[in-house]
Amino acid sequence: MKLKYTVGASLAFGLMAGAAQAQTEIEWWHAMGGQLGETVNQMAENFNASQDEYVITPVFKGTYEETLTSAIAAFRAGEQPNIVQVFDAGAATVIAAQGATIPVETLMADNGYEFDREEFISGVRNFYADSDGMMIGMPFNSSTPVLYYNADALAEAGVEPPQTYEDFEEIAPALLEAGYAGMSASLLQWTMTENFFSRHNLPFATNDNGYGGTDVELLVNHPAIVDHFTSLAEWEEAGYYNWYGAGWGDNQNPFEAGEVAMWIGSSGSFGGIADRVDFNFGATFLPYWESVTSEPTQTFIGGAALFAMSGQSEEENAATAAFFDYLASAENQVFWHVETGYVPITTEAYELAAEQGHYEEFPAAEVGIQQLQLPSGENTRGYRLGFYVQIRDVMIREYSRIIAGETTAEDAFATIEEEANELLARFAQTQG
Amino acid sequence: MKRAAFGHIGFPILLLIPQLAIIAIFFYWPAGYAIQSSFYLEDPFGFGSTFVGLENYTRLTRSSNYMESAWFTLIFTSVVTFFALAIALLLAVKADKVIRGAKTYRTLLMWVYAIAPPVAGLIGVMLFDQSRGNLTQLFGMMGIEYRLGVNYWDTAIAMITVSIWKQIPVNFIFFLSGLQAIPRSVREAAMIDNPSGTRRFWDITFPLLAPTGFFLLIINITYSLFETFGIVDTIVKGEPGNNPMTLVYRVFVDGFRGQDLGGSSAQSVVLMILVLILTIVQFRFLERRIHYT
Repeated sequence: MKLKYTVGASLAFGLMAGAAQAQTEIEWWHAMGGQLGETVNQMAENFNASQDEYVITPVFKGTYEETLTSAIAAFRAGEQPNIVQVFDAGAATVIAAQGATIPVETLMADNGYEFDREEFISGVRNFYADSDGMMIGMPFNSSTPVLYYNADALAEAGVEPPQTYEDFEEIAPALLEAGYAGMSASLLQWTMTENFFSRHNLPFATNDNGYGGTDVELLVNHPAIVDHFTSLAEWEEAGYYNWYGAGWGDNQNPFEAGEVAMWIGSSGSFGGIADRVDFNFGATFLPYWESVTSEPTQTFIGGAALFAMSGQSEEENAATAAFFDYLASAENQVFWHVETGYVPITTEAYELAAEQGHYEEFPAAEVGIQQLQLPSGENTRGYRLGFYVQIRDVMIREYSRIIAGETTAEDAFATIEEEANELLARFAQTQG
Repeated sequence: MKRAAFGHIGFPILLLIPQLAIIAIFFYWPAGYAIQSSFYLEDPFGFGSTFVGLENYTRLTRSSNYMESAWFTLIFTSVVTFFALAIALLLAVKADKVIRGAKTYRTLLMWVYAIAPPVAGLIGVMLFDQSRGNLTQLFGMMGIEYRLGVNYWDTAIAMITVSIWKQIPVNFIFFLSGLQAIPRSVREAAMIDNPSGTRRFWDITFPLLAPTGFFLLIINITYSLFETFGIVDTIVKGEPGNNPMTLVYRVFVDGFRGQDLGGSSAQSVVLMILVLILTIVQFRFLERRIHYT
């Protein structure tokens, strides 16, 4: 009796092992928590169900920073996953480490998939590419900063959503009168710095915004942004602009609670806001200063991309390529876009979403992608800067001080530029 | 007394090996590695590294931000240690006097000890939360604008309060058992000599509690320096911004968040040296004044 069980068990085990061997298993480390994580799991399940050669397992690794750190530690130990999700600010670290990842274009070509970078939306195409435009990372959750407004609050104050910061200055007193703070904003380094330079087509760093190599200096100490932050501090004093600290959600919550009339955040926040708020809301392009430019340009994508890590077997790389191909298909892009609010990355997917009537139902969901297709300029493709997480930390520290009145915008931007350039020089040294 | 001795040197060494091996693997090896990498600038993926000598250290002395963290850590450690000890001592002395329901009372006071630091931090954040926090609302009613995560010292107050609150039960347990170890006869004799409770406390009870107090002082300094990491992390939500940071949290931020391995290693070496100095000072100068019975 006992023997029978043992034989049965080992037979079953043998069968399972056989089944597992027939399928190639790959692992995908990501930073999508909560609702987004569920959508990621759904996409992985759909992929696994769509064919029987490959099995992908998504693993949630915490925040963007934690995911990158885990992947680096795993790489150094030779235990890296097949796919890792890396956020915009960490892109330079991964792309600079040639040999750590396989460029997505190479991966697809090696495995016999057609990959045309021209199919990608222009604001999406360049951020994770090298200086020749070859795409290294596969854009995944792509978003761009937009302005959300509480339509009920604006109607109550009898004002229109602002297109420029000059407009904002004009309507803020009416909103205050109606009992609302005018605006709050999350991740100022992204919404009011990186994309501020892109929106006004100003150079953000030397050497082609850092795409040309690690010999680069930040040009953040520009009169336009110094004036912008001086205005922010004044608006904060007047009650037009509210600052709730470095946390993303701390600045979003007051908008959802109806205390603040407008919020500058991510186009990817659309799904969450639509679920939670009970007022009518809309979205519009990221404002610009008319005094700086009369021809505002596009913004570039934030969010994160998927990188295929090297050092894996050919079968596993084939599985990764198959998954990327699946991911880029218009149907899956639309699924991701509709579920989360992140923008579709290809023109085809965008057209499909439009065909399905998604934007007629939710006009605000289209704003991000329209903004990514505004006229481009020399300085609108993004940036490639090392130790950029630390540089962002320096920025937000100084921004807090400006808004709190502890320092002036002039001094703060001089400090940011000095500390950032020291960090950039250090990063260049790590590459030497 | 008969002296026990080992016949051969090999045997005691054999007995020590497991312990030494653990220390070597989990302390000396990583510590040695930290010292080594503090002299290098390294690519995060480990592809290349450049020898930079003392650059990682001199950079710290130039950084006003690092110095600010150092000052904050000093203030933080002193305040947390002082209040965590003082409040626990007060509670222990009072609890020692309670006769009816003593057990329930003591258990309730010890309870907080069972809370993990991140949970304590989370509860603290909830109390101090910008919009929903009970304490924030209370301050608001008193006309004080309290803003966690925006105002540097407001955030510091939350960190300090939660850290003290978290540590009081540990200190309380030790002080209470220390108090109960003081012989009844000594107390009764003191009662005859001096009717003033305060005088009796400072002249008799406090000196007799000194060994416990000294032990707790070391434990509390270590706690404030290192173990408050979880609380700091929960309060700043992983976004340092313009918030106060302890030196240990900074090692994490620069090394694990910022991928600067050399700089972060140099910081941890500085911390190791600080702890070494602190330990020497405590044992050489402070412990001499303590009488063990």
